[in-house]
Amino acid sequence: MSDATGFTIPKIELGDWIETGLDYLTTNYSSITRGISKFTETGIDVLNDALMWLPEWALIALVTLLCWRLAGTRLAIGSVLGLGLIWNLDLWDPMIESLTLVVIATLVAVVIAVPLGILAALSDRFYKVIMPVLDFMQTMPAFVYLIPAIPFFGIGSVSAIFATVIFSMPPAIRFTTLGIRQVPNDLIEAADAFGATRSQKLFKLQLPLSLPTVMAGINQTIMLALSMVVIAAMIGADGLGNEVWKAIQRLRPGDGFEAGIAVVILAMLLDRLTQTFSKEKKPRS
Amino acid sequence: MTDTRDVKIRVRNLSKVFGNQPDKALKLRDEGMKRPEILEKTGQTLGLSNVDFDVMEGELLVIMGLSGSGKSTLIRCLNRLIEPTEGEILIDGDDVAKLDDKSLLRCRRKHFSMVFQNFALFPHRTVQQNAEFGLEVRGEEKEVCYQRGRDALKQVGLDGWEDAYPSQLSGGMQQRVGLARALANDSTVLLMDEAFSALDPLIRKDMQQELLALQHKMKKTTIFITHDLDEALSIGDRIILLKDGEIVQIGSPESILTSPANDYVARFVEGVDMSRILTARSAMTDVRATARDDDGPRTALRKMGDNGLDSLFVVRRDRTVLGIITAEDTERAVRENLTDLSSIIHSDCCQVSPEEPLHNLFAMFAGHHHPLAVVDEQSRLLGVVIKGSVLAELAEAGEAHA
Ligand SMILES: Nc1ncnc2c1ncn2[C@@H]1O[C@H](COP(=O)(O)OP(=O)(O)OP(=O)(O)O)[C@@H](O)[C@H]1O
Ligand SMILES: [Mg+2]
Repeated sequence: MSDATGFTIPKIELGDWIETGLDYLTTNYSSITRGISKFTETGIDVLNDALMWLPEWALIALVTLLCWRLAGTRLAIGSVLGLGLIWNLDLWDPMIESLTLVVIATLVAVVIAVPLGILAALSDRFYKVIMPVLDFMQTMPAFVYLIPAIPFFGIGSVSAIFATVIFSMPPAIRFTTLGIRQVPNDLIEAADAFGATRSQKLFKLQLPLSLPTVMAGINQTIMLALSMVVIAAMIGADGLGNEVWKAIQRLRPGDGFEAGIAVVILAMLLDRLTQTFSKEKKPRS
Repeated sequence: MTDTRDVKIRVRNLSKVFGNQPDKALKLRDEGMKRPEILEKTGQTLGLSNVDFDVMEGELLVIMGLSGSGKSTLIRCLNRLIEPTEGEILIDGDDVAKLDDKSLLRCRRKHFSMVFQNFALFPHRTVQQNAEFGLEVRGEEKEVCYQRGRDALKQVGLDGWEDAYPSQLSGGMQQRVGLARALANDSTVLLMDEAFSALDPLIRKDMQQELLALQHKMKKTTIFITHDLDEALSIGDRIILLKDGEIVQIGSPESILTSPANDYVARFVEGVDMSRILTARSAMTDVRATARDDDGPRTALRKMGDNGLDSLFVVRRDRTVLGIITAEDTERAVRENLTDLSSIIHSDCCQVSPEEPLHNLFAMFAGHHHPLAVVDEQSRLLGVVIKGSVLAELAEAGEAHA
């Protein structure tokens, strides 16, 4: 950076600092990262094997049944057609691999996000700290997360999960906080008047009442997770993203579109299914 | 007569300042400034100022005042939903204002239950689960919660609705759930903040009558807030009048009517001379049930129970009045296996003609809660007059007149 006087402000070595920090972490905490890595890999393998073990038609039948029970006939028909198409296009295995990554990443993200969201709802101070962090996490371009994942967990699915968890967590935190803060004050007052403790208020009142909102957050987390899992093909994650990636490298747009359509089908099914949980449960009348 | 009862809650010097400089506001208050000036000078709202009163065991105390007079603040200071700025709140000798968090929880669970103007029912819980809330929070056994919740719902006439959700009920029914939730945990004090104000007038009258019946039966210490003089007069044993966070008058409904201390009441009372042309007939209500002279104590007791009454007039076949029996005496008679009512009838009960001026009825109510019998020339029962309806009638007449 130089101006007319020839005076130069040296570039701030932000990138170098971050690298030094990452180096420090990877060398000193490698045993921990290796542990996490092993654990996550096992989880991925078990779930993947289980889903692969089922014959295609059986899984389609199961999902369709679920769709029918939760959302009605339209989604059930959609599920038969969509999953059937994926099977027909020979994209079944990559689809299962992607699904596995999404499920595991979402589970981890939710387990971390919901408690954080609760904390942010109950403590104004924590709220003030975490909200800017969430803004930062959400505006950072998605694939930047892929880079630091590699030194920690190497190329492959574990890095993909790590990056996906970080990327997809914010909505679950935000919506949990929002849901709890939305609980009407007069209900809190009523619970207080009867001598409810903080945790009684949380478990008997705030969490049940915020459940639809929390579920809406989890729905968004799942959607973000899916998009990230696809991008994570760049660091060697298996699945539909990898099919797209291969198609790009071989310049075969047709293959790329097929894989893309499979992603869309998976996304729609996951979205519609989880949306049914976030709708307000109407009391039976 | 209230003085012979024990004091349940003793409130002394209770003040509340909304704002961040309470000391400054209180200092100005001590220098004689009133709420509006203090607000202007310091930006602090003097919610309550030096409030002193006692609540007697088993009484129904009404706190009345215009909007903004500090009624809600006062009742919320009692169980510390609002932190008082200074003062003492002694309940059974313990100062609520000084309790630490743990003791405060215990105190709320034992002593206070509350009914809210906007019901504040938990929408995700069934009616039954709402009724159980206080017990559940206190850690009672499942069966105890269930049983007492059910009993409370029955008391407010909601049996059969246990599995409904609040959103499926009408306003009046929702507030019954609110009442059941408060009754179920059998706290020693019932706090009701404009509990009936959101209900339409007919339902409201019903609920008032039911509250009175429940209160006479259970003798639960109740603090009831309203901004409605009518309501205050018809249900209160005593009334506290608040204005700008200060008490302007404490007294029985009669004394509020006869020697009003604030303009708002005075305006009503101007019309009370109307009582000379109002008669017992105007305040009379239908007889819900009577005992026959050949009924046994068990039958009589059942009739009281079925109709939510704590006394019955005993009449002959031709409806001439023999006297009145009380629930207490009748229960005793049942226990002692008496077969007829003759020994427990109070034949000195008050009988009035329908033409009796209303203001003459006050004296007849002194010292008891029993209704008066309105009778024709042959001493046949025409209707009953209860204390509350005399006052309500007077107040209404006052309103119409003013
Ligand atoms: N949290 C608060 N912060 C500041 N001022 C308050 C607060 N709560 C109440 N006040 C003020 O205190 C005064 C008394 O309010 P309060 O709610 O006790 O009145 P009220 O008699 O219950 O009136 P209403 O009949 O409208 O319910 C009002 O002037 C109100 O504006
Ligand atoms: Mg109020």
